[in-house]
Amino acid sequence: MSAAPASATISLTLKVWRQASPGQPGGFESHRLERLSTDLSLLEALDLLNDRLLRAGQRPISFEHDCREGICGSCGFLVNGQAHGPQAATSVCQLYLRRFHDGDTLTLEPWRARALPLVADLAVDRSAFDRIIAAGGYCSVNTGSAPEANAILIGRDQAASAFDTATCIGCAACVASCRNASASLFVAAKLAHLGQLPQGQPERSRRARAMVAQMAAEGFGGCSSHLECEAACPQQISADWISWMRRELRGG
Amino acid sequence: MTSPIASAPPRGSGSPATAPLAPPAPLPPFPPPAPRLDPRLPAGPLDTAWQRCREDLPLISPANKRKLRVLVVGSGLAGASAAATLAEQGYRVQLVTYHDSPRRAHSVAAQGGINAAKNYAGDGDSIDRLFRDTLKGGDFRAREAGCHRLAEISGAIIDQCVAQGVPFAREYGGTLANRSFGGALVSRTFYARGQTGQQLLYGAYQALMRQVAAGRVELLTRREMVELICVDGVARGVVCRHGLSGAMETFTAHAVLLASGGYSNVFYLSTNAVKSNVSAIWRAHLQGACFANPCFTQIHPTCIPAGDTWQSKLTLMSESLRNDGRVWLPAQAGDGRPAAAIPEPERDYFLERQYPTYGNMVPRDVASRRARELCLEGRGVGPGGRGVYLDLAEAIRRDGREAIESRYGNLLEMYARITGEDPIASPLRIYPAPHYTMGGLWVDYHLMSTIPGLFVLGEANFSEHGANRLGASALMQGLADGYFIAPATVTAWLAGHPQPQIGADHPACRAAVAAAEVRIAALRPEPARPVGGDGARGRTVTDLHRELGLLMIEVCGISRSAPELRRGLAAVEALRQEFRDGVRVPDHGPGPDEALEKALRLEDFLGLADLMLRDALAREESCGAHFRVEFQTPEGEALRDDAQFAHIAAWEHREGASPTRHSEPLAFTAMAPSQRNYR
Repeated sequence: MSAAPASATISLTLKVWRQASPGQPGGFESHRLERLSTDLSLLEALDLLNDRLLRAGQRPISFEHDCREGICGSCGFLVNGQAHGPQAATSVCQLYLRRFHDGDTLTLEPWRARALPLVADLAVDRSAFDRIIAAGGYCSVNTGSAPEANAILIGRDQAASAFDTATCIGCAACVASCRNASASLFVAAKLAHLGQLPQGQPERSRRARAMVAQMAAEGFGGCSSHLECEAACPQQISADWISWMRRELRGG
Repeated sequence: MTSPIASAPPRGSGSPATAPLAPPAPLPPFPPPAPRLDPRLPAGPLDTAWQRCREDLPLISPANKRKLRVLVVGSGLAGASAAATLAEQGYRVQLVTYHDSPRRAHSVAAQGGINAAKNYAGDGDSIDRLFRDTLKGGDFRAREAGCHRLAEISGAIIDQCVAQGVPFAREYGGTLANRSFGGALVSRTFYARGQTGQQLLYGAYQALMRQVAAGRVELLTRREMVELICVDGVARGVVCRHGLSGAMETFTAHAVLLASGGYSNVFYLSTNAVKSNVSAIWRAHLQGACFANPCFTQIHPTCIPAGDTWQSKLTLMSESLRNDGRVWLPAQAGDGRPAAAIPEPERDYFLERQYPTYGNMVPRDVASRRARELCLEGRGVGPGGRGVYLDLAEAIRRDGREAIESRYGNLLEMYARITGEDPIASPLRIYPAPHYTMGGLWVDYHLMSTIPGLFVLGEANFSEHGANRLGASALMQGLADGYFIAPATVTAWLAGHPQPQIGADHPACRAAVAAAEVRIAALRPEPARPVGGDGARGRTVTDLHRELGLLMIEVCGISRSAPELRRGLAAVEALRQEFRDGVRVPDHGPGPDEALEKALRLEDFLGLADLMLRDALAREESCGAHFRVEFQTPEGEALRDDAQFAHIAAWEHREGASPTRHSEPLAFTAMAPSQRNYR
């Protein structure tokens, strides 16, 4: 299951993209970390490195993170060219060092997409995702106007399928993995979540058109059909939903 | 508006003794103004109290609502649901969050489920039963009226979430599925696999984004509240620090709602997200909002134990594992053999031995306490001897490996990913971890703090969970506050208390900005004393936070005692001094400055730690999650003292002096407090 035995230590070289702000030039900076416990996550190794940088009076590396258990969707950068690193179905906060070998060099880079402008170092601005949701990723129902919950019957499998698409954590690994920097998987997942449920039917076609239009307006590309998005998705959302989304658009 | 204030009895009458702990403070020239501690509970029968209260609340015309501004801090379940609902009603809402998107708030990580008294299972559940379970679960340290209202609202929350498209688990026939959770005798928990919090949060987030699109909510992301703005004692806005530019920004409003979550990260390692912090409510506390029951913090028994120094958080493993797992430790201290090499007679299934009736299913606090005691005796397993085994072997023999893997698939995968160990081949290692904080800012029945115009929602307030929270009730409370209670009571406040518009140039705003700037400047290095390479001053914020956490978990975690709490107070004071003298965060110019954010949060955690210790010391009884070793039955169970402590402790900050402990008495009419016994 793991490359290194439990409780072992390894040494790594982190080649990290450093860029203080979008207006300044960026470049790689290498840091050698010796004898790290393989029980550390990659983000914890960055914490350790940042502590060292701070003590030396240098600017720490910016990277997004919060829950550190793979659910908030904050974290994400490229590890050796792969979004969230080499482990499938994992966001980078759940990537542990035992996955690597002693002496490895890891190249860490931010998501690179026009619609996800750089903030600093490994952090990018994903507010485009919020604007796509604002364009129609909801059921228009005011608080207090809901009918009795069991008045709407939804088959078990149908609910489970809607749930699978609703698990998208909004990390943008799909965009980072796509050669067209498309947000198709993100948009399709939300359309499929609501479009599969009776509650989502009244606004179904308007929602599809509005969210896809917003995706284009934000500067995301069209689907490249390479399916890299599916491979990188920490929630393993199927790229088949992109085909489903296209049918939605034709039907609307 | 005046009400009798029940202050703590004078010393010498069996009262909490906090005075000897603090350095002698200069007497204030006049008695400090007493905070308004009127809970504003509706009179009359409990079961119609909320309805009667709501019907009496004043309303505001749609045209006038458009002129009123409401500021919400926090975008979790409580904040997002409140902001969306208030905007739907016509207010102009601004929402502040330090995240890059509201969808990141820590509610997203809640696994288990949400309770509602729908009685879909037909197993005898009712509003009354959920009410009584909540009150009893909190060990009779919460208000009856609040607990009853929560149970009443619970059903409407599920209706609302389903209408939004939250994909709850379903039965084959299409109805909603329920399960029993946390030892409840009825199946009233609604869930979406192990990601209920995520799905509920996305429901609230989507409702919020709909209002953003409608222009009724202004989203203020990457802003952290650093100061509350009060004008003539009324909350009128907040000062935020922008996470990218570092600029101080002022946001004013006619009412301020704090929904900023809990403070488990005072323990450094907890199941909370690493950025979760106490600062928003602590800043309000320093401005006069009373802090209630700070020592009531919940420890979850089944978490993956801490390992390396650089471990950044503890991950919760669902409690459901205790249904099939047997908890044990080697019978001999210092037994270094791997689990598989320890024969059956040399294993101590200590929960089954000590609690033959409940066995491995004893309540969270009991399981946690017993595990800790044995680990302190040197019998723990894993790094630092801080862990116990949770063994699925017998269940695998009984039901087959496949059945266990399908029942706990995701959990076992998560465990393997984090620890690198196979939980099927060898037992899991688990240890208790801080998980939820019942304490928080004191609020009345209208969710208003002792600062008029300042409302507090969700985990940030102290309200309905008493001394211990029932499983699957946190999500229920957050959404009850945000969707249903605050929208009604904030409207009533605004209707009754017209306030003039104020701008950022108001003296109170300028003073708040200046205060925040002074605080930040104090954390920056002086030109003559640069950071780095200075041995004595080489400690970082993370260092100090880690030390604070180790101290707090030791003296104010699962078990507390007066000598240890006193030692804690002295140690926290030393850490505060070290923080003031030693912590300097260099300014690298515009751009993210996480080191400064951490320093500002730690400063507030240090203040809170002091108050938690005082509160734990003053509460000379054991109840709920608060266990004082001096107060236990001969069987080693919690010994409550309803004669002296059937009250909410509400602490008032006093500048330059020890905080004052006020109390709000609790009355129980529906059922009488009872001693728990699981032996």
